[in-house]
Amino acid sequence: MTLALYVPRASPVHRTPAGWKLLVLAGLSVLVFAVPTLPVVSGALVAVLVVGLVVARLPGAVLLRQARAVLWVLVAIFVLHAVLTDVLTGTLTVLRLLALVLAAAVVTATTRVTEMVAVVERVCWPLRWVGVRPARIGLVIAMALRFIPLIAERADRIREAQAARGGSVHGLRGLTTTVVPLLVQVLQLAHTVSEALDARGAEDVPLRRGGTRAA
Amino acid sequence: MRLRREVTAPIADPARGIELRGVGHAYGDRVVLADLDLHLTERRIGVVGANGSGKSTFARLLNGLVMPTTGTVHVDGLDTRTHVREVRRRVGFVFQDPDAQIVHPTVAEDAAYGLENQGVPPAERAERVAEVLQRYGLAGHADHPAHLLSGGQKQLLAIAGVLVMRPARIVFDEPTTLLDLVNTRRVAQVIEELEQQVVVVTHDLDLLEGFDRVLVFDDGRVVADGPPDRSVAAYRTLMVHR
Repeated sequence: MTLALYVPRASPVHRTPAGWKLLVLAGLSVLVFAVPTLPVVSGALVAVLVVGLVVARLPGAVLLRQARAVLWVLVAIFVLHAVLTDVLTGTLTVLRLLALVLAAAVVTATTRVTEMVAVVERVCWPLRWVGVRPARIGLVIAMALRFIPLIAERADRIREAQAARGGSVHGLRGLTTTVVPLLVQVLQLAHTVSEALDARGAEDVPLRRGGTRAA
Repeated sequence: MRLRREVTAPIADPARGIELRGVGHAYGDRVVLADLDLHLTERRIGVVGANGSGKSTFARLLNGLVMPTTGTVHVDGLDTRTHVREVRRRVGFVFQDPDAQIVHPTVAEDAAYGLENQGVPPAERAERVAEVLQRYGLAGHADHPAHLLSGGQKQLLAIAGVLVMRPARIVFDEPTTLLDLVNTRRVAQVIEELEQQVVVVTHDLDLLEGFDRVLVFDDGRVVADGPPDRSVAAYRTLMVHR
């Protein structure tokens, strides 16, 4: 399991600041909903594919994986529209959602987590007036992305250990025998992580981190 | 840009090393360390002892992760109670489980974390991260998800994340416990090559070869303190009579 979708390439899309990419993504979303015509929507989809595959030089598999993840939702929407309204509306809706899903995939595949986090910190900057430290919000997001796969991995290990001893890993019993030891492990992990954050200077964390690119 | 600064600028004296005077520590009623009077100035110091002997708590005292219940700990003349941030900048800490130490999703981002906290400018940060990743054979993994690294690579990343902050001293808490033989040797080599003062808590007695001083802990007290051969012999005798 991985939540880190960044694909390193030396392309103009990768070099574009994360804030601009998110703004373009927001603009595209407004455009395909405000002007729901076939030329505009299909043009947006083609543009996303050209930017992703040609300009950013992302592997086709990266975009295909994202499209596949929403395939059944798109099929269901198309069928519903075909039955309840008409095929053209169904086609438009499907193309619109596909363009947005792929555009979001292009943004995430060309933007480091730290750059995204820096944007979040900038957006949260006014919250400092009510005592919130934007850098802390950024750290929480980065840590969520880091630890979700780790916790999933630990849950798998617990299930394997239960199965190796003949325990059930399915149903309500399987859930409880997994959740309780997982909670204990997560709490122990949280304690050590908090020590590690202290040891690495988390108390010194600046209001906002400023730069993004690490290496 | 820094939110808070320590009220008074500390005056550090690196020649003073790490000093523990009358140190004890208890978790509630359970005493885990007692009567520690130590002056640590040697470059490579090992710490051994049975499970539960107080080694890890001792290690955490050295950079202010744990505060003494009695007595004082000074690093370069700075009291860990009153100058904990400055002490932590001087004393890096490598944990047993690198998964708990890696807090960012990708390798380069995690290596940069400590530098971000120190307010190091982005250009210098990138340069130092690239240098440390190159040094530990992780340059080709800079943009990879950290959780996909092997156990040995994760421990090297954890060490890189500390070394990039350029601390004067580094404490290792059982750095090879979760590693195979090849990676144990690699981490041992990394420790051997460090110019900083290192304090290594370990069960791996081979790791202590060439160290200047080894402390043996038993039931929260130092029961042997000397060169590795003498201390390791004392430790073996202690374990045989358990």
